[in-house]
Amino acid sequence: MQEPDNFEINRRELLIVGSAGVAATATPTIALSQASATATPMVAGAPVISRVSLNVNGKVREIELDARATLLDTLRERLHLTGTKKGCDHGQCGACTVHVNGRRVNSCLTLAVMHDGDAITTIEGVGAPDALHPMQAAFVEHDGYQCGYCTSGQIMSAVALLKEPCGPGDADVKEAMSGNICRCGAYPNIVTAIQQVRKSD
Amino acid sequence: MHTFEFTRPQDPAAAVALAAKSKTAQQGADIRFIAGGTTLLDLMKLNVETPDRLVDINRLPLDKIESTRDGGLSIGATVRNSDLAHHARVQKDYPVLSQAILAGASTQLRNMATTAGNLLQRTRCMYFRDSAMACNKREPGTGCPAIAGSNRGLAILGASEHCIATNPSDMCVAMAALEATIHVQGPTGSRAIPFGEFHLLPGDTPQRETVLEPGDLVTHLTLPPPIAGSKQVYLKLRDRASYEFALASAAVVMTIAGGNVTRARIALGGVGTKPWRSSEAEAALVGQPASQATFRKTAEAALRDARPQSENKFKVELAKRCLAHALQMATA
Repeated sequence: MQEPDNFEINRRELLIVGSAGVAATATPTIALSQASATATPMVAGAPVISRVSLNVNGKVREIELDARATLLDTLRERLHLTGTKKGCDHGQCGACTVHVNGRRVNSCLTLAVMHDGDAITTIEGVGAPDALHPMQAAFVEHDGYQCGYCTSGQIMSAVALLKEPCGPGDADVKEAMSGNICRCGAYPNIVTAIQQVRKSD
Repeated sequence: MHTFEFTRPQDPAAAVALAAKSKTAQQGADIRFIAGGTTLLDLMKLNVETPDRLVDINRLPLDKIESTRDGGLSIGATVRNSDLAHHARVQKDYPVLSQAILAGASTQLRNMATTAGNLLQRTRCMYFRDSAMACNKREPGTGCPAIAGSNRGLAILGASEHCIATNPSDMCVAMAALEATIHVQGPTGSRAIPFGEFHLLPGDTPQRETVLEPGDLVTHLTLPPPIAGSKQVYLKLRDRASYEFALASAAVVMTIAGGNVTRARIALGGVGTKPWRSSEAEAALVGQPASQATFRKTAEAALRDARPQSENKFKVELAKRCLAHALQMATA
């Protein structure tokens, strides 16, 4: 079977696929599949490579990847959009929060192949360095971060919150934001930043 | 994560046909439906679930919430938990369901999780989730290290000497109290399963958690017509104020007339090996005055058969107070 022309394996792909998968890729036995059809690997245990079309921050990306790749790993390792962070990889910390079709989700607990045709927004798609989104500006103004690792997830959640049903008080905001954990404890300033933006909208 | 084939069928019948080839629909299934993926991918990353094929059902037409002809509600299997919790009819007619869903997980997870996925969510028992540990649910016959080990969050009702794992769902506690029906499309046709008959006690087969067979696809749940004037409360007690599983929870759907309880449906969470509908509590409550004394007696009845584990005797009293308090809140 012919290897696809644009297939190459680099260290990041090795880490995603795993050594057993790489052993299988040493012989060209990978079957390509459309996300809507079925692929049968010719060697048992070989990675199944799927094609998927993702609209990321307004730009359509057509990629081939291991079906096991999470949306998080795809954004970071494949598309080099490293603003989204991996905190726990199990949906427990919120550092990986992105928007899918306008809704905030944990990108670590969904597969890229499940999102063929979906619109994905990452932190790179919110505001610009010289034109901050009001939420980003409020986080800066109120010092809503320390180490910054949870911050992109906090901002993605906070921006989505603006369009969700949420009561007016700080307690309501804390409840709505409870899926984003901050080890540095910047919570009070995060709440202040969010409330400022909510009141100014 | 083990490799798998990924398939997105065009309609429910195709999905059923694909999954019908699985050796089991229970623990360790080789073919799995995937919707939100918040439980399944979590377990696949831990190699607790190792399907050879994922059947993506997210784009099947199972995502509607509609009124039924008898005035009840039909809830599609792939309706997102957040959409269900915020639906106008749910908030008005079945508020205990909305309260229960919003008490669980985080906004991100509620945006991803689906009705059927929540119905099928798995235990958080640390031994089940760790493939280096023995576990009768994950590998039958290997033993239950939780019984003599770390069991603070585990079950005090419905456990066996083979398994004491708690069912962690909040939605299911409300669905039990609302007497939901689960509709399944399978290889031999469709059927309707009363909520209380869907989940199984562990007994000596803890690897079997539901009555589902290979190919069975939950298509929707239905709720009966709302009970006029019913008071509904979901109360969840836990170590943290949010984003944490229940130590004990209670769903109450109650009707009071002339100071007496005329109808009650009660279910408990965080304490049972399955969502725990309490007919004992209901029997103790109906016909009695809606007073604190009655509520305390009701709570005693609900937990009468509770058998605490080595680390969670507190759950017995906590669950009693939770139920009594929920009943009190329902009279407000």
